[in-house]
Amino acid sequence: MSQLSNFTKGFLRENPVFVLLLGMCPTLGTTTSAINGMGMGLATTFVLAMSNVVISLIAGLIPAKVRIPSFIVVIAAFVTVIDLAMAGFLPALHSQLGLFIPLIVVNCIVLGRAEAFASKNGVLPSLIDGLGMGLGFTFALTLLGATRELLGSGAIFGFKFISGDGILVFVLAPGAFFALGFLILIMNKLAKKQS
Amino acid sequence: MEYIIIVISAIFVNNIVLSQFLGVCPFLGVSNKVQTSMGMAGAVTFVMTIATIVTYMLQNFILVPLGIGYMQTVAFILVIAALVQMVEIILKKVSPSLYQALGIFLPLITTNCAVLGVALLAVQKDLPLMQSVVFAIANAIGFGFALVTFAGIREALDLVDIPKPMRGAPIALLTAGILALAFMGFAGIV
Repeated sequence: MSQLSNFTKGFLRENPVFVLLLGMCPTLGTTTSAINGMGMGLATTFVLAMSNVVISLIAGLIPAKVRIPSFIVVIAAFVTVIDLAMAGFLPALHSQLGLFIPLIVVNCIVLGRAEAFASKNGVLPSLIDGLGMGLGFTFALTLLGATRELLGSGAIFGFKFISGDGILVFVLAPGAFFALGFLILIMNKLAKKQS
Repeated sequence: MEYIIIVISAIFVNNIVLSQFLGVCPFLGVSNKVQTSMGMAGAVTFVMTIATIVTYMLQNFILVPLGIGYMQTVAFILVIAALVQMVEIILKKVSPSLYQALGIFLPLITTNCAVLGVALLAVQKDLPLMQSVVFAIANAIGFGFALVTFAGIREALDLVDIPKPMRGAPIALLTAGILALAFMGFAGIV
């Protein structure tokens, strides 16, 4: 597999949210607006890329029996890094995302890539895989956040271009399920048309 | 009275799955059969309660006195991973049929954000030990309640002719959305 297709597979073909249905909790919980979705996506991308690099370096040294706990410790370390960094530099976004930042550690995508890809591949492919998957995740979260923000308050990234109140339910909890359901429905329809 | 408020709030008003979005992965993954989802709910209840007690001790007797609060995420997830391993070993011995039924999802409780989420929430809210335990049990019941209800709906949905692109994830998400809408009706009780 070429590096380019390794990088781009996360966007549509193996998109973690739309196709693999991984990492549903932050996907639904943080996408009340496009900017929140993007912040969450980028934080996850950082953890994903860095932990992929470290795990690909140390995978050979770890006995098979303690593989998963070791991976989780590496991931948790990077989550702590991004948690403290965001609390320091982006306090507003950090408090918006709240609990979901420490919860990156239990995001199935991160452990999934560590186990399925980084532990079996070299440093560079693992870095590219992490970045590609992370940006695919960011893309999905931003799209979902933008959809919900547009329908819920008539704005995208805070720029309001539809006057009026919008459909409040899309900013609330049920709207997250509805919006994601319909986005996956559209993706399925498009994928079927292509094949 | 405090306990009653915690319980009602956790099960109905701020349901952990439908309004806080914790534990959505098993919610969508193991909810095809009522039987399986009950097993999952039981396993989660057990792990969540013990995890909350242990992380409470860890936070207040080790992390805070030593001034290493920033190790919270690392320490908590390790404790939970160890607990899940233990539950897996016990279940394998005590109830092999349940162990078979839960299959892949048992190790996945480690990466069930509901367990770590509730442990973190209890610490963040600064609840005393007894209230933390009640909080954990109530949230686990809320999780099980949502899971079993959803599984019941999905069992009935199996008999319905659904348009092709809607099968699988989309219809599950839309159903969950309607369920979440129903749970919004509880807002304002406490």
